[in-house]
Amino acid sequence: MGYVAIKGGGQAIEGTKEVCDFLRTKESETSQPLDSHIIENQLRLLHSRVLSEGGLYHPELASLAIKQAQGDTLEAAFALRAYRSTQPRLLETPVLDTKNMRVTRRISSAFKDIPGGQMLGATTDYQLRLMRMELLNESQERFREVTESLFENTNIDNIPDTFPKVLDSLRGEGLLPEIESTQQEQTPFDITREPLIFPVPRSAALATMARAEQGSLLAIAYSNMRGYGDIHPTVAELRVGYLPVLLPHPITGELTEVGEVEMTECEVVAMYEGNEGDEKSTFTLGYGACFGHNEVKAISMAILDRALQKGMKEGASNPSEDPEFVLLHVDGIDSMGFCTHYKMPHYVTFQSDMDRLRTTQKKQTRMETVS
Amino acid sequence: MSASNHFGFLDEYAKKEIRRTVLKAVAIPGYQVPYSSREMPMGRGFGTGGLQLTLSLLGKGETLKVIDQGSDDSVNAVNLRSFIETTCPGVNTTTRTDEADVIQSRHRIPEINLREDQLIILQVPYPDPLIVVEASENKRKILHGEADYSRLLVKLYEDIVKFDEITISHRYPTRINNHYVIDPSPIPRWDVPKLHNSPALILLGAGREKKIYAVPPYTKAEPLAFEDVPFRVEDFTDENGQRRNCQQCGCTTSYLDEFVDSNTGKKVYQCSDADWCSEYTVSQSEISEIDNITDNAEVVNG
Repeated sequence: MGYVAIKGGGQAIEGTKEVCDFLRTKESETSQPLDSHIIENQLRLLHSRVLSEGGLYHPELASLAIKQAQGDTLEAAFALRAYRSTQPRLLETPVLDTKNMRVTRRISSAFKDIPGGQMLGATTDYQLRLMRMELLNESQERFREVTESLFENTNIDNIPDTFPKVLDSLRGEGLLPEIESTQQEQTPFDITREPLIFPVPRSAALATMARAEQGSLLAIAYSNMRGYGDIHPTVAELRVGYLPVLLPHPITGELTEVGEVEMTECEVVAMYEGNEGDEKSTFTLGYGACFGHNEVKAISMAILDRALQKGMKEGASNPSEDPEFVLLHVDGIDSMGFCTHYKMPHYVTFQSDMDRLRTTQKKQTRMETVS
Repeated sequence: MSASNHFGFLDEYAKKEIRRTVLKAVAIPGYQVPYSSREMPMGRGFGTGGLQLTLSLLGKGETLKVIDQGSDDSVNAVNLRSFIETTCPGVNTTTRTDEADVIQSRHRIPEINLREDQLIILQVPYPDPLIVVEASENKRKILHGEADYSRLLVKLYEDIVKFDEITISHRYPTRINNHYVIDPSPIPRWDVPKLHNSPALILLGAGREKKIYAVPPYTKAEPLAFEDVPFRVEDFTDENGQRRNCQQCGCTTSYLDEFVDSNTGKKVYQCSDADWCSEYTVSQSEISEIDNITDNAEVVNG
């Protein structure tokens, strides 16, 4: 009987869990269960991506999410988000200044000599992507050697914690608009507590992109880079590091550091626009920032921020400048969920579709016989 | 995944927001009220809007029915029901439509008439009927405000010109209380008349699109149509003009699913509403028992 297909769903669902777990553990004789610290360190960038798309800075749960999702970034970010729904909001931090970031990497493609210098840090940008066959057989001894040798010839005391921001020097020279004081005082839009009703403020766009799916952001930003748009950005500064999180002390009310979050931040400078009224022309800015070490994401976001500002002001002339187009299609949880839902039964609606098609066909046959 | 210990999974602030949104939706029939819509532990598109409504409105001691495609046993219905059972201790579940206080459904409204003390929650993938004629939500909001549905009517008219038939099969645009036109969720046209003057409150939740809207009890609900081209539901008559019946219960008045019998290779039909089908079977067998008794009595008397 055809109807059997949708009966006994409960048992079938339980079965799927068992098979997934079987595939995860099937080499149990030779392989070790994945430790959450191993995921956080050895799969550092995957971990970063899930932290960022999950929109929750919880390194241990992010590792667990990756483990249980068997490496699927969308699923892992999804599990983090769903966990987030169960947690009440207890406190809000004040706006944090990235000047205070404990920097592990910072570069500028606008100037060669930036205050503090270019600090490459951990990047594969200039590495050759050749297969490193020696990694197929690594030992714990080898791990120890690597960690011990890194700071061998460096005086750690000489390494500064942070660096001045490149944009500040550009601003000092009058090449960038002054930060409007009103803008600083604005309360940022909270996308986790309010739905997007267009038009939305820039802070809503930034928050949406900060937890967007990396591939989606990249694809839309790339369309702008290739010619469906004309932002032509220059990376004024890209920095990666740990940002201290401050909260008011429960008794004194004084701002106190409660921890830190790893973040990637990108500021792009784009060509100037015509000046309004008496004001002098200046370069324009795009801003990107997200949890973890995700440079492609931060740069894509900065480009799209700049594109969206143009679209909000003058109207969109391509998809990457259209706030609705960009912001409603970049969330990985939303898009993968809806994509996946097409696998569910659609018997009723398909029956209804067939009814319309058959009726139309019948009428068409009748018309043909008449003519 | 371990579910939260908190009753109803969501934190209380999230539930409160949803209840307030529901009040607004009932006060403005058919208006899509935006809400923040938290992420649920199942996929966006699997009924997270309906689920958030159910979790926010269910209380201990109440009875819930969950259906998908009219069936309580469909995988997604099973999944949602067991999640609600785990996170809402003290809530009863049933497959009987007449026993349920709250019904969460995807793609169907039960065949049996619902009562004033019942509540039906429909899962919604696309809340806005204007999406077919206008991609921008900002512009659609203005069209709704002005009750300007001319482009939808033009679409229906173009259908008639092209196909001599309105081709919208499900998600049929329906005007509520003389103003807002809603997407009644992917229910078949068969179910659209049940929205009109329904004694039960009908709530519609779109999780991914972050909207809640309502058809309050005893409210006018009219599918868009023309004077000379009336609205029509799905046609279940065969080549000879005979109404097809359910091969299980024999009912000739319900929405039918069509499938191929794997033994005979023949096309067969069965009620889409599983509870309706089993209740109908019971009532038919009761009738035939009565018939048998009467027959026997006649024999004795004869």
